[in-house]
Amino acid sequence: MISWLKEEGKDRDVVVSSRIRLARNFEKYNFPVKISIEEGQSVFNEMAAVIDKSHYAIFKTKDIPKIEKEMLVEKHVISPALLGHSDISGFALSQDETETIMINEEDHLRIQVLHSGLSLNEVWHKINQIDDRIEKNVQYAFDEQLGYLTSCPTNTGTGMRASVMLHLPALEITKQINKVLSTVAQFGLAVRGVYGEGSKTMGSLYQISNQVTLGDTEETIIKKIENITRQIAEKEKNIRNSLMEKNKLEFEDKVFRAYGVLKNARMISTEEAVRLISYLKLGISMDVLKGNTINEMDKLFIEIQPASLQFINRLEMSDIERDIKRAETIRNKLI
Amino acid sequence: MICSECKVNQATVHVTKIINGKKTEMHLCEECAKKYTGFSPGFSIQNIMSGFLTDYSKSDISSIQCRQCGMTYDEFKQNGKFGCSECYKAFGKKINPVIRNIHGHDRHIGKLPSRAGKALINQRAIQTMKSKLKEAIDSEAYEKAAELRDQIRKMESDLEEGEK
Repeated sequence: MISWLKEEGKDRDVVVSSRIRLARNFEKYNFPVKISIEEGQSVFNEMAAVIDKSHYAIFKTKDIPKIEKEMLVEKHVISPALLGHSDISGFALSQDETETIMINEEDHLRIQVLHSGLSLNEVWHKINQIDDRIEKNVQYAFDEQLGYLTSCPTNTGTGMRASVMLHLPALEITKQINKVLSTVAQFGLAVRGVYGEGSKTMGSLYQISNQVTLGDTEETIIKKIENITRQIAEKEKNIRNSLMEKNKLEFEDKVFRAYGVLKNARMISTEEAVRLISYLKLGISMDVLKGNTINEMDKLFIEIQPASLQFINRLEMSDIERDIKRAETIRNKLI
Repeated sequence: MICSECKVNQATVHVTKIINGKKTEMHLCEECAKKYTGFSPGFSIQNIMSGFLTDYSKSDISSIQCRQCGMTYDEFKQNGKFGCSECYKAFGKKINPVIRNIHGHDRHIGKLPSRAGKALINQRAIQTMKSKLKEAIDSEAYEKAAELRDQIRKMESDLEEGEK
């Protein structure tokens, strides 16, 4: 059910996904903060008229049931902010789920392309074409000096946010993660834990993205993120190897204990499951575990999130019912 | 996680109190956090940005309004978001230094939209040709320089035509 996640992509054992998002606005309408309902609907209708229906399915946010919307957020296919303006917002989604055009989020258009692995170049190539196709039909708000004009001045210029999601358990275990992250920040890139709140990250997943959108070309920004990501991936892999070499037994013990709990638990919280799946991924990448693939674990990671779990089972569930269903889903998936 | 006070909103503020060695934890939404702890997290990009903006609330500037969408300077300072593309012009003088602060730059050099940026694309092409012309002259490739000069002239006259 998560079709954009694939086994392919560079450094797939460390880089879960690469994503680029472009913010674009129609010149003739006020931004969604100040738009009237009628004009907001016009933005939606004009987009609906020019979008290739053989490639995209188009939805109004308000027509979609709550759990399904949350499930789409958990899959990273739409943003949580899109649900905020549900009276005028909507989105077009490609069949393979790699492309989303969000309508009336913070900007009139938020175009997103999402691939697995380290693939920012391919993603840029694809999103650039989508942007060109849309522009044939839409006069964008653009200024010679400031570039693409966006509702928030932090996005103006390229309107581009490029990001990668990294799985960095070995850097975490050896407590080197903060050093790496603060170095990344010195390059003007933002880093945050993908799951969990505040300083507690869940599942050892981190997102790196560009902060600055004005004064660099898209290619320069992408090259910078790709380059730094490659270096972090290499460091992570080196540490995985040295953990194995130095204390194979301890390494295997951690992985197999995680497997033992996940394969046998009858009730499990998202937090515990996510923490243990992270160990499984580490084990798979080092060939300690052989049954499942990294990609299957990444999919499982999303499938056990609260809304996805309820959506897949077509059932509204209480917390405890979810914990039971989550444990069952994991048991069935693990070989 | 759901807010432990109102039990409606998502909890985004996590408070740990240690009083006489006894630890209590609270998970609150932003609203309840303001109410119960007097603590406003508010360390978002918007809040930081509005910190860069001068507070004109006691002067006339606070009532500068964008003619297109009606947004006032105060409103922008509060939300950190513009109401329309005209706002960039309406608040230009006040905003440009802020934009420089955020990005460390003030000029877009990335992608140009083929429609909205047509004139600019041509201008950039002329700039590139001119630097090629300079290179040709420097290396005494006069035949090539003459060719380039003619091309530039044609591009410039096309651009003027387009602007009329």
